Amino acid sequence: MAEHIVSSYDADLQGLRQRIAEMGGIAEKMLVDASISLVRHDKPLARSVIASDSRLDLLQREVEENAVLTIARRQPLAVDLRETISAIRISGDVERIGDLAKNIAKRALAIGDDVKPQKIVVGLRHMIDLVMGQLKDVLDAYAQQDTAKAVDVWTRDGAIDALYTSLFRELLTYMMEDPRNISFCTHLLFCAKNIERIGDHTTNIAETVHYLVTGETLAIDRPKNDRSIDASVELGS
Amino acid sequence: MSTIAVSASSAIGHTAAADTGAPVRIAVRDLNFYYGDFRSLKNISMDFYDRQVTALIGPSGCGKSTLLRTFNRIYSLYPEQRAEGQILLDGHNVLSHDLDVNELRARVGMVFQKPTPFPMSIYDNIAFGIRLYERLPKSELDGRVEEALRKAALWDEVKDKLRQSGMGLSGGQQQRLCIARTIAQRPEVILLDEPTSALDPISTGKIEDLIEQLRSEFTIVIVTHNMQQAARISQFTAFMYLGELVEFGPTTRMFMNPSKKQTQDYITGRFG
Repeated sequence: MAEHIVSSYDADLQGLRQRIAEMGGIAEKMLVDASISLVRHDKPLARSVIASDSRLDLLQREVEENAVLTIARRQPLAVDLRETISAIRISGDVERIGDLAKNIAKRALAIGDDVKPQKIVVGLRHMIDLVMGQLKDVLDAYAQQDTAKAVDVWTRDGAIDALYTSLFRELLTYMMEDPRNISFCTHLLFCAKNIERIGDHTTNIAETVHYLVTGETLAIDRPKNDRSIDASVELGS
Repeated sequence: MSTIAVSASSAIGHTAAADTGAPVRIAVRDLNFYYGDFRSLKNISMDFYDRQVTALIGPSGCGKSTLLRTFNRIYSLYPEQRAEGQILLDGHNVLSHDLDVNELRARVGMVFQKPTPFPMSIYDNIAFGIRLYERLPKSELDGRVEEALRKAALWDEVKDKLRQSGMGLSGGQQQRLCIARTIAQRPEVILLDEPTSALDPISTGKIEDLIEQLRSEFTIVIVTHNMQQAARISQFTAFMYLGELVEFGPTTRMFMNPSKKQTQDYITGRFG
């Protein structure tokens, strides 16, 4: 796109983009590290995830403040207005992703060395891998202004929901089998929910990228496969 | 993004018409305008809707003021200027030579960039225009002057000094006086050529508020260099460049998501 006649306007918008890119990088690393700390019982790594969140919060505040200043100073229109509003929205979503990753790390510390059934951990890991793919792709879609990639992320989230429903049932079964499983299973259930929520935030970002690029909003109803609300497990006879 | 292309007139008109139930008040068809040999408007075709505000935007020299000046044929004061094509006001071509230009200018009022009060009293500034076309008894004339000043949101500020010179008012008041003078003739269309560019933000706000109120009675066409002003007060926006109509549509779409790259580049300050 052509540069603005006022070059500092370009610098303002570039500053927003750079901060979002940095936020995305931090959130991705937090999610990977939280996942590793959960699987490998790596407490120092979990603590480093928790510590990184403050940088994310600071960047989000900077994006919001600078976007508001840009609106006040430049009265952006068309794609510039959409870019400014999108920066506020996306930074909010990425900050929430960081919070959820931090929560996973906190639960990794809480679970500690409790023995976890590998099958569940593998399921959780698979979910994280899917969400990591979503997060990476949606951040790329933002950086490249690639609406097709954003729509792909938006559509794919159903798989994460389905996996969450399956994990939900499985954890419920473990808890019913043996009450000693309840503590770590509850933590893992929250971790699974956190990951599912991260998936939802990636779809929010995808919607924002679509709006940023096309000026039009995606359909209100996104394909969803979270059936955990209907899930129940009968005790075996 | 798509390359720049000036859309066919019918397509441009259709896009805008689809978004409003308002009837067309002025239909411009294949309008060309010449300053001597220089062709400053090139095949302009577009519709202006009844009781809607249409903003004309574009860089200096793009032809927006020229287009405005064709609607009441004010250009005809200059012999080397001529317009070709059609400007249909309620179906009648205003460019037709059998049309009485004085009657046209009573139907299509105009307010300029700099306030142009006459060197006479506030009352006479308004009454002058009315007297040109109508002979009214004093009481009725008084009523018309008051009505015009009220509609121009100026009455409360000047009602106690109607006999004082209009030149003594502030810039913003002078501009509202000029709008009142235009309204007093009970026109159908009001043309505003950068009416707030010489005014402070408070006066600008008052004029914008006034335009919003006048919309219920008049079809308004405004030329402005202020993008935010066009976005605030108009229902339709036309972007012109080098004498051509590049894009025309509902203001919300034009300022949030214009179709043409050239429009986007202009309204976002990337050229102009």
